[in-house]
Amino acid sequence: MVKLRGRGVAAICYPTGMNLGGDPSQTVIVAQPDGRFIVNVASVEMGQGLKTALAQIAAEAIGVSVEDVEVRFGDTETAPHDTGTFASRTTHRMGNAIIAAGQEIRRILLDVASKILEVRPEDLEVREGRIQVRGVPDRSISVKEVVAQAQFTYNTPVVGKGHYVKPKSPVDPETGEADPHSTMAHGCTIVDVEVDTETGAVTVLNVYSVYEVGRVVNPRLVEGQVIGGVVMGMGAALTETVYPKYPLIDNQATSFREYVLPTAGDIPNIRYKLIESPTPTGPYGAKGVGEMVVNSIAPAIVNAVYDAIGVQITDLPLTPEKVLKALEQKKRGQL
Amino acid sequence: MDEFALLGKPVRNVQLLGHVTGETEFVDDLSFPGMLWIKAMRSPIPRGRIKKIDTSKAERVPGVVKIVTAKDVPNNYHVNMAALGIGPPDEPVLPDNEVNYKGEAICLVVAKDEETAAKAAQLVDVELEELPPVLDMEEALRPDAPVIKPWGLNAHIFGSGLDGATPRGGQGRPYFLVKRGDVDRAFESADYVVEGSYLVPPIEHAPIEPHICVARPEPGGRLTIYTATQAPYFVRDNVAAILNIPPSRVRVVSPSVGGGFGGKVDPEFEMQVAVAAMAVGRPVKWRWTREEEFTVSTVRPAVKIEFKDAITRDGVIIGRRARLLHDSGAYTRTSPYGVIKAVFNLSGPYYIPNVYYQGYCVYTNKQPSSAMRGYGVFEVSYAVELQMERDARTVGMDSLEFRFKNAYRNGQVSASGKVIEDAYIIETMREAAALASYPLPPHLLSMSSWG
Repeated sequence: MVKLRGRGVAAICYPTGMNLGGDPSQTVIVAQPDGRFIVNVASVEMGQGLKTALAQIAAEAIGVSVEDVEVRFGDTETAPHDTGTFASRTTHRMGNAIIAAGQEIRRILLDVASKILEVRPEDLEVREGRIQVRGVPDRSISVKEVVAQAQFTYNTPVVGKGHYVKPKSPVDPETGEADPHSTMAHGCTIVDVEVDTETGAVTVLNVYSVYEVGRVVNPRLVEGQVIGGVVMGMGAALTETVYPKYPLIDNQATSFREYVLPTAGDIPNIRYKLIESPTPTGPYGAKGVGEMVVNSIAPAIVNAVYDAIGVQITDLPLTPEKVLKALEQKKRGQL
Repeated sequence: MDEFALLGKPVRNVQLLGHVTGETEFVDDLSFPGMLWIKAMRSPIPRGRIKKIDTSKAERVPGVVKIVTAKDVPNNYHVNMAALGIGPPDEPVLPDNEVNYKGEAICLVVAKDEETAAKAAQLVDVELEELPPVLDMEEALRPDAPVIKPWGLNAHIFGSGLDGATPRGGQGRPYFLVKRGDVDRAFESADYVVEGSYLVPPIEHAPIEPHICVARPEPGGRLTIYTATQAPYFVRDNVAAILNIPPSRVRVVSPSVGGGFGGKVDPEFEMQVAVAAMAVGRPVKWRWTREEEFTVSTVRPAVKIEFKDAITRDGVIIGRRARLLHDSGAYTRTSPYGVIKAVFNLSGPYYIPNVYYQGYCVYTNKQPSSAMRGYGVFEVSYAVELQMERDARTVGMDSLEFRFKNAYRNGQVSASGKVIEDAYIIETMREAAALASYPLPPHLLSMSSWG
């Protein structure tokens, strides 16, 4: 039994938002009488942490704490139109819409506060849930109090609207000339593997990834995406397909008995780093992250196996059967 | 980072506690008085003509309320991505004359519980005339292949306005084309020509929560749909279209979703639940099994990509030809969009001045494929990075050095003619090399995306 080690590289870019654009997102932020802010979006929370990331963006734009913001999602009756939660688009598209809505809220708050404090709105600033006269922290009032007075004394609805779209790019049908992307995020993964020449099994030892995400909104949420991306990418590289005899449909997977996903015990040593190159099109410079992090994993693993055994297997997944066959062909000098 | 009060801070996921304590509400937690359940009678073959559907035995099972067929659907043929301008409307809510993949729902049994519905579904007697299926993409494109699409070709027509991208009225061709520069001349002056062919097979999203939906008729001809979807407005528009009612009469609620990964972008079963609920005037729930997730729900498309690169002695890629085949399965769904997105990205994060890229959206008798995490680009990144490795070894250059040498930079022009403005791959690769202790020579360390 011999164990061969190899190292592989993959470098990628990933476009943020729907290809060619034309995918609007809208939001309405409504202040409650208790001074909290409800952000209504038709985007969907599916485990990625959207509720938290959008709350951070809204709180940043308004100038209050995250606890004072609640994102309500996924309801066409309460939220205006949104194209959907896919294409790494929500942080970017809905994030931009929320900043616009938050800025409107902030304008209303400053306007009302200027009447209460008897100063011009441009002399006021919002900091950590309080509105204060610039340079005179003693003259301040809480956002909660301003919201209450706006509604009960000044007859002013504290509602912010936001909209964002990258206008749809036309495509030249003869050349494909077009402006398909809002921005590109980047990634590079380096993987170390070990190949067992007796069983054909591939073990992923180390995954080193760097992702350039424009601006990190929440490092914990991005970490969840990165680790999930490694596991999903490993499955694609090594075990997963619904049709093991593709393009034939025989032996189609019907359960997790035949369709093997990587589990906790398969997770390799993962080291990653996030770097920032803010995009002018993004909310505070942020780009889409959720999909890119899966894309660099499978090619890096397959390139590492190539490095280890000297044969490039081209069709996923790299089952032990394919690895053994490649080793056998190499031995017989067919490759 | 200090310019921000909250951005970049590791705020804890606000849903975390609810998820670990079981407090979070998912669609499966919803139940309504008088609610009925659905099970489908599904096609046992990949392609066939429907000769007869006899529901009489199934209807006699106690607890069965209705058996829904194509006749119950007001507007049976729809386009999932009508909002994006993708066509043609090739997919029925329920088939009226033929089935095009194994597992396609032929009719729906609506009954008092899942067990009754499942038992009755087995008693539906469907007579099918088997037709030869088309499974292989290359075969599907041959002139003698059985044709499974009414326009006489097992490929989507791009460039005529039905791809959601090009203007209407164009002549059209069976592939999406991106070309730039003079690719023939590039190959004439190349020192190396490197070819490769790569395949990503169909992959299942495998979310923890399978597809689940409840449709509840409301007073005034309104309908509320609770569903695990990634795109509530897609569901609303599709349901309204197939019911022939104004979209504002449909409310779609997507509570916390138990994972999507792209598998819940297409409205792929909400229309059927909506039709059933409207037909019986009661709330109806449909909860897919894990087997249905694997065999019926969308998968990542199989994508085959062939590359031919023209490279100079110094290791510079001066030209690339690519032919991409995307297995759409039986119906269109988002596939033309996926193909176009893929084709635009066939250069990867590299600058290649002369390119000729063709992307085919091919129809076969398999469950429809659609979006999955990284859609279009996942498959391209895979093929591009394997081809880059093959190129580097042919030229005799280190893997990373070859990538640095060909990395795109700001101010260069992309395959689609756009000036590149957000390039950062050189810096990203340099950081990755440092993290992995991958030695880089000084001339690579001093490179920049702005050089």
